[in-house]
Order: sequence, then structure tokens, then C-alpha cells
Amino acid sequence: MTPPAIEVRQVRKTFAIRSGRVVAVDDVSFAIPPGGVLGVVGESGCGKSTLARLILGLLAPDSGEVTVEGQTVGGMDRKARARLIQPVFQDPFSSLNPLARVRDIVAMPLVAQGTFGRAEIERRVDELLARVGLSAEMGRRLPAELSGGQRQRVAIARALVLRPRIVVCDEPTSALDVSVQAQILNLLAELRRDLRLTYLFISHNLAVVEHVASEVAVMYLGRIVERGTTDALFAKPEHPYTKALLASVLTPEPGLGVPDVGLGDALPDPANIPPGCRFHPRCPVAEPRCASERPPLKERAGGGVECWIA
Amino acid sequence: MSALLEIERLQVDFGRTSAVRGVSLTVAPGETHCLVGESGCGKSVTSLAVMNLLARGARRRADRLAFQGQDLLGLPERGMARLRGNAMAMIFQEPMTSLNPAYTIGSQMTEVLRRHKAVSQRAATERAADLLARVGITAPGMRLGQFPHQLSGGLRQRVMIAMALMCEPRLLIADEPTTALDVTVQAQILRLLAGLQRDLGLGLLLITHDLGIVARVATRVSVMYAGEVVESATTADLFANPRHPYTQGLLRCVPVPGKVRRDEPLGAIRGTVPRIGPGFEGCAFRDRCDFADASCARAVPRHAAGATHEYLCRLAPGPAKTAA
Repeated sequence: MTPPAIEVRQVRKTFAIRSGRVVAVDDVSFAIPPGGVLGVVGESGCGKSTLARLILGLLAPDSGEVTVEGQTVGGMDRKARARLIQPVFQDPFSSLNPLARVRDIVAMPLVAQGTFGRAEIERRVDELLARVGLSAEMGRRLPAELSGGQRQRVAIARALVLRPRIVVCDEPTSALDVSVQAQILNLLAELRRDLRLTYLFISHNLAVVEHVASEVAVMYLGRIVERGTTDALFAKPEHPYTKALLASVLTPEPGLGVPDVGLGDALPDPANIPPGCRFHPRCPVAEPRCASERPPLKERAGGGVECWIA
Repeated sequence: MSALLEIERLQVDFGRTSAVRGVSLTVAPGETHCLVGESGCGKSVTSLAVMNLLARGARRRADRLAFQGQDLLGLPERGMARLRGNAMAMIFQEPMTSLNPAYTIGSQMTEVLRRHKAVSQRAATERAADLLARVGITAPGMRLGQFPHQLSGGLRQRVMIAMALMCEPRLLIADEPTTALDVTVQAQILRLLAGLQRDLGLGLLLITHDLGIVARVATRVSVMYAGEVVESATTADLFANPRHPYTQGLLRCVPVPGKVRRDEPLGAIRGTVPRIGPGFEGCAFRDRCDFADASCARAVPRHAAGATHEYLCRLAPGPAKTAA
């Protein structure tokens, strides 16, 4: 049996701050099959970027385990890991070396492996630049001479130049204009199909996640509070937080006004996680036990939901 | 009703770049006029030009720029300073950089009022507390004594709104007021703005890149591209009947929950925005447009598709065409 492309088992990650500890990821478990796309949604501070870094091996979990194609990420050789899993980050303005030419940026992962000859490097860089829709002339430019969308194409070419099987995309289109966002989303979808890639796709934009993901996990204050297939989750959300998130999406339909999502003022603070269900201070349908008892995980076809009421 | 804000053929140049090219629009009392477009289209520069807050070196010209009938073009800076923050107020995108980190919320809010009106510190503090409560901030008394860094992004944006309302403005210019916020907080802030605007009869010029926001809050929309308003219409008309190929393209780029199919490409607009210098002629969108022909390199006609719907394109009004 082939192992999952990514498997996360009971992973917990905390950070020390002056007044104690912030729990960024709290007992999270999931698996993504090869070729799948798991979308992770949640608001700022919910732990989604920490999760991405744990999966990339850039952070070590306090407890639990992250495996990629059956191998523990923490125990892998850096070069082997780079051939298997690669990131695409949000901000194409800060994730590219401003002093390096585009060609050299894309070549860097190959050079770092130390096993590729010069001709092979040149050939692969040419191939990738063409694949992501950048001309050879663009390859000679500096990042500052490119638009946001072109920079994100460079970041994608760099991520794919070692032919990895898994790509972690952390808000890859959030810094882009809508017309450019559409170009990049189409490119990512095409690359996944042609190269049979597995994506972990993090975004705060639910419409984007619905477009790209086969499964969705909703994070709130470090935990996955609901998970399911994209179709099921969007058609029939069960967790009150998922419902609120969906209700907050302003679709371009005139006349509907701005919805009242009914979440109140109590904003989530990862340094001060409420007891019981961590969503209860904002939940419009909370019951007394939600404030004291931790909700169980209720299994659903293709996922689950952590809520007393759902 | 006469317009609160009238802009006719506004032009702003920075050196050899034309950022705003002949923009005309009006905002009436009680109206929300959305200026929508992508980064670099000149929407923020337009709002800064109205407030006369352009960077040094920018050149501003217009046939007319008036607030409540008063000409702003010839108004000296002292007169402008009397209007700014008073009868016309502005909310910026980033509440962290537009609040002074070294002063409490209370001192920044009361300063606005005391600068423009003869009121006591005590009365100003009371008004600040009232407005904080009005924008949905609990325990306003405590918040007045806090510093900006002690508040979340959503709270800071509410403070910015409350501060803009201190002098009972007639016109509020909000530049991407919710872009830095989470979606749930965005919905709360937009509801708040819409409610205040309705209750106080404010004219609101809302600048955004988000067509979802436009659809939900605007009465009227102007779509900007490369420094020009390429289409202007009532909100319902614009979404039902977009005429300019750029507007049509933008609408196809937005993934709509429940209406997009996976593995089916989103509509995208190919290419990138051109750089516009002096002497540029013709339609700025022509290199990205599916309907472009040789005539698009010459002067572009402005067509009317109804009494309140105008667009800048060679395509005559008729049955709406959509790109294949």
C-alpha cells in the first residue's frame, strides 16, 4: 500500500512568549493521499502557517509526528527532503533574493544539491521557465523588474525545478490582484494535473480553496474544528465557525447587503485559549457545557467535526 | 440633490508617469460610490488628490474639484486643513501605520475634535467614548487610555472609523478599509460603515479592489484601469450588464463559492497593465483585450448604455458581448 503523501499525527507546537506559551498547533492529525489537495482555511493566528512549516520540516513539533511519503520529516536529509517537498510562500516580494537574476533563483535548488552538471541545470531552468510562462528574457531580470504575478511564477518555477511530488502553498495568491490571482490558480491547477503533484493549500480565501482543493480542513486557534470533502463542507457546513466563515464571504452579487455573521467582539487570542470548546466565546449557538467540556470529534463521511451541537 | 463631491477630468502626474488621467465622478449625500480597480490603477492617488495629500512632486490638475460647491483647486493649504478631518474625513487601509503609536487612543481622538471645534477636553472625551461605543467597541472608557499596539487589527480599524466621525463629516473617503482584516471582521466593519452612513446621511467614497465588497455596499461604481474610469454605472446595472471588456474580465476572475467547478480554469485576463507616459493614445486595455482592433490605438469614444451607465470603449452599446 502506498503511504499518504503527507501524514500528520497528533502534532502539537507551542512557542514561548513573555507571558507564557502560545499554542499554535494543538493535537492536529490528518493525511493527504498522493495527488490530493487539502485546503486549510482559517483566520490570522489560527496556526495554519505554523502547520505549513512543520510539514516542510522548517519547525520541529513539540510532540507528534509528520511523515512525508512514509518518512519522518525531521529525520530526513535536507537534500532528500528538498527533492520531495517544496514551498510556495505568500509574498513574492520578500521570498526572492533581490540581488539574484531570475535564472539563478530558479537554479538555486539544483545547485544546492551538488549533483547536477552545468548543462543539466541550464536545461532544467529553461524547461521550468517555459512551463510557468516566463520568457528567456525574463530569466535575465532581477525580481524588482517583475510584477507580482511574474514573481510568483518565479517562486513556483523554483519550487518545481527539483521535480518534487509535494508542494506546500501558503497563501500563494493573497498578495496578488484578482486577475493575476486567476492566472496563478490556473497555472497551479495545470501543473498539478500534468506533474501529478500533491498540494497542501493554505488560504484565508474560501472561494479560492473551494476552487482548488478536494478536501478542506477548517482551523480555529490551533485545532482543526471541521474537515470534509470540499463538496460536502461547502454544501453542508456543520461547525458554527465554518458556517460563519462561509457567511462572511462577500460574493459579487448585488442587492444582498453585508451579512451579519453574529460572532461578536471576543477575538481569538492564541496565548489565552478558552476552556471547553475554544470557539464558545464567539459562538452564536453555544450551550453551557461548551464553556467547560471539550467537544468530542464526531466522525462524518470523509471527515469530522468537533462540536457539541453539530 | 446637489453633489457633495464633484471631480471633473482630474489628472495627476508623477514625473513622466500619468497616474490619474481624466477621472470624473461625483458623490451625493447618502450615497456610496465605489472606486474599484487593481493595484496601480490610480484609485488611491485619486483619493489623495481630493484631500490634497499627494506626495511632493506630484502635479494635480482638473477642470473642477469641489466639495459642497466649494472649489478645492484654488483653496490654500490652510483652508484645506480646516476641511480635512472635519467636514471631509478619510480612513486609510493600514490602521497600524495611520495611528500614532506614541499617543493613547483617547488623546488622538480628542485632538481631532479640539483642533476643529471649540470644545472642552471633557466634552471631547465624552464624544470619543460615545463614538467608540457606536462603532461596537465594548468598554470604551478603558480603550481611550490604551495605545494602538494594545488593540487588535479589527479594533484599530474601528478606532479609525470613530476618529473619522469625531467632527461629523459630510463626506468620508475610505481607502481599502478592510483589506488587512479577516473575513469575519471585514463583514462586521462593512456593516458598521453601511449603518453609520445610513443613519448619518454621509457620502462615502469607498476605494477597493474587491468586487464582492462593491456588490454588497455600493450604490454606484466606477471601474478604474490605468488611470482612467473605464466604466461607471449603478451597482445593479454594472453587475448585470458590464460593457467594458476589462469589467467583464474582472468579473470572470472572481471565484464565487458554489459556482466554480474544480479543474475548470477561472477566467483570467492575460498580460499585464501597461506603463502610461505622457502622449499615450488610445485604449490602455487594448493589448489585453479580445475585441481590440486597429482603431483602439486612436482616441476612444465614451458610450452611454442608459442614463446612468457610461463606458470607454470602441464597442457600441447593443446586445452585451462576452469574450469566448
